[in-house]
Amino acid sequence: MTLTLSRPEPAVVNGRRARRSRLHAFEARSAPYVYIAPFFLLFAAFGLFPLIDTAWISLHRYRLGSSMSFIGLDNYAWLFTNPAFYNALLKTFTIGVLSTVPQLLLALGLAHLLNHRMRGRTFFRVAMLMPYATSVAAATLVFAQLFSRDAGLINWLLGVVGVNPVDWRNGSWAAQIAISSIIIWRWTGYNALIYLAGMQSISQDLYEAAALDGANAWQQFRHVTLPGLRPTILFTIVVSTIGASQVFGEPLIFGGGAAEGGALGQYQTLGLFLYQQGWQIGQLGRAAAVAWVMFLMIVVLVLVNSALARRRERAA
Amino acid sequence: MTVFAPRSHGLLVAGPRTYAALTATALVFLLPFYYLVVAASRPMAEMAQSPPPLTPGPLLFSNVAKALDQQNIGLALVNSLVVAGVITLSTVLLCTLAGYAFAKLRFRGRGPLFALAVGTMMIPPSLGVVPLYSLMVALGLAGSLASVVLPSLVAAFGVFFMRQYLVQALPDELLDAAKVDGATALRTVWSVVLPIARPGMAVLGMLTFMTAWNDFFWPVIALDTTNPTVQVALAALGGGYVPDTGVIMAGTLVGTLPVVVVFLLLGRQIVGGIVAGAVKA
Repeated sequence: MTLTLSRPEPAVVNGRRARRSRLHAFEARSAPYVYIAPFFLLFAAFGLFPLIDTAWISLHRYRLGSSMSFIGLDNYAWLFTNPAFYNALLKTFTIGVLSTVPQLLLALGLAHLLNHRMRGRTFFRVAMLMPYATSVAAATLVFAQLFSRDAGLINWLLGVVGVNPVDWRNGSWAAQIAISSIIIWRWTGYNALIYLAGMQSISQDLYEAAALDGANAWQQFRHVTLPGLRPTILFTIVVSTIGASQVFGEPLIFGGGAAEGGALGQYQTLGLFLYQQGWQIGQLGRAAAVAWVMFLMIVVLVLVNSALARRRERAA
Repeated sequence: MTVFAPRSHGLLVAGPRTYAALTATALVFLLPFYYLVVAASRPMAEMAQSPPPLTPGPLLFSNVAKALDQQNIGLALVNSLVVAGVITLSTVLLCTLAGYAFAKLRFRGRGPLFALAVGTMMIPPSLGVVPLYSLMVALGLAGSLASVVLPSLVAAFGVFFMRQYLVQALPDELLDAAKVDGATALRTVWSVVLPIARPGMAVLGMLTFMTAWNDFFWPVIALDTTNPTVQVALAALGGGYVPDTGVIMAGTLVGTLPVVVVFLLLGRQIVGGIVAGAVKA
């Protein structure tokens, strides 16, 4: 090795090598930026720019197919004095609670069941995740059939146990429950798998120590599993809350493709309201104002959530 | 693939009650699929009776044929295949490159840039639809498949997912060896990184394909029923101009089948991928 290095080399080869290694070094230095550039460029063009431009458009009167004129905060004034907006806000909230809370509780129980040693583990996991593979449109079309008032399977089953048929489409709470059940069906298995992953990263030693202290299964779940899952639970709460603020396809198709969300807006979410303003009434400026309010709500939500998480971490 | 292998774990062994509860839940989860087949194979008159039929009928193929005539379901299937295919190829390739850079390369700004990329996952893409729509109109792309493909060419989740995968799967020694051998950056990606990333890329590809196939909000805004994806066609199918529930359900079945088949064949890997992608939290 030393012998090779100490042998004198012709100057030409030396120079070429130096040039090549400089080229190499430059390539190596710039390579990381080249690899991450497509992501950031595409995000800037189709993620960040539309988001910021939404705020700008929301300050304009902007009708579908015509030009924009600046009107300041008029769209927001219109929005915050509009009962339909508050209705959509309320319905987004109630459908959000009706779908998210049972969904995460069920997922927690399901993950606990899946966290056993058993036969057919893969079958159960795949079965739980099957709804996640279906689209909002397909799931809603099937559930609309199941929830049909006169000939739906669900009303028939209710009749078997002596409950009168429910008008799932026209009742306010009934429709919201039906829509929430579609969301619950599609997302429970997905969240259960995420909880399962969290549960499997909790050390077995903790369970053994708890068992030695005489803790029963429930106490182990309460004092070992739940605290160990806290970060995972927070993550799923944030993700499903953001998802709940965006609900759109289920109420749209459940209502037969109408953006009104039922004759009285019983299930008109903010997503539907945005779509109605922008693409059915053609007021894109107002739609942008709705989108920007939704965005600010999400920012507040994420901030509150991470502040809570940090406080709990400090307390722990 | 070891990264995704379920960990064996000790104490709890499933008893009959666990099996019973899981079986009952699985039945509830799978019931809508069964009922989709029942409703897709019955004439409308029978679906309007109470009690509703509980077993599949004889009309599956004629209902499917009718559905394919309605609402461009045939064209929609081809369109969705093109859209989801292009998005999947592009997302997997671009996310692998970015994930590799964040996992294994040292460069200035790496930490903040990665945090920024992950942070963008929190922003629901549906909030930018108004400017996105004007942009597509300005580019003359409104109504074309390109308007649906362009915003989804890359995904923050994929960058995050491939980074997590490569941090563990790609040993530093291999990269050092490639450097000692004088491999260029491109050569290293081609002969070292990509072969090792392949299992992760496959899982990301399946997840991306599913998401793209099922995407709803933006395609409903950007496309119309003359040139729809499957989801746009399904929304129109449910929109009331096809009164025959059997035909609606047959269309739904046809539009759902490709993803469900993929899922049944590769469900294990998809489950593993979702679990692995979630462990970050």
